[in-house]
Amino acid sequence: MKFNFNKENLVRYFCFSVVLAYLLVGVAFPLVELVIKSLYNVSTAEAANGVLSNEESFVGIKNFIDYVSDESLFGSLINSIKIALTTTVLVLFISFWTAYALQRTQMKWKSFFRVVFMLPMFAPTMFYGLALVYLFGRQGVFTTGFFGAIPGFDIELYGPIGITISEMFYIFPPTLIILIVSFGNIDRRLYEAADALGSSKIKTFFSVTLPGVKYGLMSAFFAGFTLVFTDFGAPKVVGGNYNVMAVDIYKRVVGQQDFYMGATISIILLIPALLSFFADRVVQRKQTAGLSAKSKPFVPKVKPQRDWLFFGISSIVVVAIISLISIGFYASIVKMWPYDFSLNFSNYFFEDTAGSRGLSPFYNSLRLALYTALFGTILSFISAYLVTKSREMELFKKSISVLSLIPLALPGLVIGFSYIFFFNRPTIFGVTNPFSSIYGTMAILVLSNMIHFYTVSFMTAKTALQQLDNEFDSVSESMGIPFWTTFRRVTVPVCLPAIIEIFMYYFASSMATVSAVIFLYSPKTIPATVSIINMDDAGDQAPALAMCILIIVTNIVIKIISEVVLKKLKQRRAVH
Amino acid sequence: MLRKVIAAGMVCSSLFLASCGNETETASSNDALKNQRITVYTALEDDEIAIYMKDFKAKYPSIEVDLVRDSTGIITSKLLAEKNNPKADVIWGVAATSLLVCDQNGMLEGYSPKAISTIKPEFKDTLNSDPHWVGIKAWMTGFVCNKIECQKGNIPYPKSYKDLLKPVYKGQLIMPNPASSGTGFLTVSAILQNMGEKAGWAFLDKLHNNILRYTHSGSKPAKLAGKGECSVGISFGYRGCKQKKKGEPVKTYFPAEKSGWDVEANGLIKKSSINPAAKTFLDWAISTDAMNMYAKVYPIVATGEQVPVPDEDYPKNPSLQLAKNDFQWAAKNRSRILKEWARRYDGKSDPK
Repeated sequence: MKFNFNKENLVRYFCFSVVLAYLLVGVAFPLVELVIKSLYNVSTAEAANGVLSNEESFVGIKNFIDYVSDESLFGSLINSIKIALTTTVLVLFISFWTAYALQRTQMKWKSFFRVVFMLPMFAPTMFYGLALVYLFGRQGVFTTGFFGAIPGFDIELYGPIGITISEMFYIFPPTLIILIVSFGNIDRRLYEAADALGSSKIKTFFSVTLPGVKYGLMSAFFAGFTLVFTDFGAPKVVGGNYNVMAVDIYKRVVGQQDFYMGATISIILLIPALLSFFADRVVQRKQTAGLSAKSKPFVPKVKPQRDWLFFGISSIVVVAIISLISIGFYASIVKMWPYDFSLNFSNYFFEDTAGSRGLSPFYNSLRLALYTALFGTILSFISAYLVTKSREMELFKKSISVLSLIPLALPGLVIGFSYIFFFNRPTIFGVTNPFSSIYGTMAILVLSNMIHFYTVSFMTAKTALQQLDNEFDSVSESMGIPFWTTFRRVTVPVCLPAIIEIFMYYFASSMATVSAVIFLYSPKTIPATVSIINMDDAGDQAPALAMCILIIVTNIVIKIISEVVLKKLKQRRAVH
Repeated sequence: MLRKVIAAGMVCSSLFLASCGNETETASSNDALKNQRITVYTALEDDEIAIYMKDFKAKYPSIEVDLVRDSTGIITSKLLAEKNNPKADVIWGVAATSLLVCDQNGMLEGYSPKAISTIKPEFKDTLNSDPHWVGIKAWMTGFVCNKIECQKGNIPYPKSYKDLLKPVYKGQLIMPNPASSGTGFLTVSAILQNMGEKAGWAFLDKLHNNILRYTHSGSKPAKLAGKGECSVGISFGYRGCKQKKKGEPVKTYFPAEKSGWDVEANGLIKKSSINPAAKTFLDWAISTDAMNMYAKVYPIVATGEQVPVPDEDYPKNPSLQLAKNDFQWAAKNRSRILKEWARRYDGKSDPK
């Protein structure tokens, strides 16, 4: 018995160390390296033989001062804030009323709406921009008035307008999810009380509904703001000459080879993300404090007038989403927009396009998404398990908990960029860098995505594990069953729905993300999203759209499979 | 069901581990042949590379080449990023200006490939006895015009840089950003070198007023012109001819003041031990056979040989179309020009 206990502890320590090492190498070390680089710069010295040698030297906050005094760079910061604010406010208005429609009315086709509302999540952000070109670009359907059928209008897509519309599609699903949850958390009894007191509909809305979702709105605001602020795909495609910070980093590094300013911009890009991250933590705490275990969900009554009104509102959103996806698909199979509208699938072969790599980027992305989902799910679940189900070992638990939250505040670009520095170092602490061997391989892409989407997965796993009664573990412990047996026979099977959800989240996110991988791919591992950027850069927009469509379809298929598996699981459970 | 899912997961992970294992195995078994393995960085187009590499593999079956291909800007930034720990052995077909930036950072080793005498002096490094860079072919600025859109908007075809300043082109021009695009840089560099810096910047100021937007890559303006997103794309001439062949409604013009240009060049990376296979590769890369292959896809090769032009839009004698170009000056001033360009035009062009 005693020996057994020791052995268990040994295994626990081992698992803790693995997880801690993973988070240190994946999050902490690269971040520290990035911060250091932002305080350095190169000075070029010309040697006697005329050869320039670059000496890296400490410059303190000089890079930051340069940043603020550089009109163009500082302008980007202002632009990024403006775009993020406008987009988030506009979207919150839409997602609030659609969440209301789903949670507070009895409109028809709710489940259909719910599915379509989530569709934008499956696409890379470049997709919205690329598809918008065919609606509002110079040769777009609306700009040309359906090719001369009616008077057209030009919204000057390339610039803030294009970015804002694209980002609105991008952040609509996540803000909607937050608000749906928030609406669901309002206690039904509050409405019953308001009814009993004879309060008017409008008054109830302002005194019950709005205060009830107040924290949800704030959370949604922070989430939306951060996503837009740090997004790279949409402004890259439709930004035109309108500079934003995320694109600045890319331009500085790729175009001007200025890694130090790149690091500086990364740090500045982190600030609003960090602020909103901490603000959100505060809000979340307040929200959960207001929730009582006895809260009962609200069941709306049928009211045809109101229900049809919200049906109309939701339909507008659905039409917008579906028409964007359809135009994207249509443009990808048209031969030569706007001069030859005959249809064929030649754009799906990717032969005469930038890179001419055929479908290999798509297969790379599939592999990347699978590996990320597999290893990401395993590691995030195990670390959540260790943190929730271990007694003692406080130091491990604390450090893992803290490190696990950081990735949520890290934009993908910052992760990718910090990896360039860290994994390219020939030495760390004076010894050969053992991690540099993964630079340029699939492994570094997998690791960057595992970290990029880690926090949400970790939290999902943690929530599921917390709902699982601790009794299981204490009973098996007292029976002398080692914890890994309980883990395998009880914990994992019970948490399987959450595990599948995490897997699906990792997979879809890795398929669609571009920001973390843009700095890390090598020609052999080039992912589909990077090839989309390259094709768009070269002006091959139709094939770029075709690649987007492949990603969207893959994600939808995976989603359907996971839904089927979840359903089967539920049925099994109902039988037992 | 549960068990199946878990089992499937285990199979997947063991497969992954197994495949990882295999990779390391092959790597170690290749250890003996390590000398025959080289890494080549290139900015040549993929479809070209496929043709060339077939020839190389046929001639040197024992040399394994790891090719890293990307656009000029990205390859350059990669090379500079890896400066202290270089991964590449050879640079093949990358803008001479970029190679000079590397050279000024002391990254290149001099080497005279076997056929060096066939390369014309303006296409290779003449400052060192063993050249640090050797050109293979050149590309140059051209205006790609959309015939349908020009006709619709009653826009004449531009025949010179001066033409581009006319008010009729306001909002009709797209040009590459010199910070990211080699084509963009060679265009700006030629304007500054040939008009003089002061007049050159004054010209670019005026040009800026007519530009609809700047793009990341050099081929995009031509492609956008082909799609009617703009009437005239300032790009490289060869691109327009290629698009015309594909059936796009475009015609390419070359500026009367002569075109800006750059050379795609090769170089040897300085390392503590240089792999002899790298030199073999560089010998082959300017051999007569290789040059003949370049000539098939590209009109200006560094041997100065007359090559059949790709299209009637293309100048009959392309080398006469090349403007004066001082690579040393361009490389030395590259960073300053880009900074000044960004200060003047980047981020100041927000739509009102």
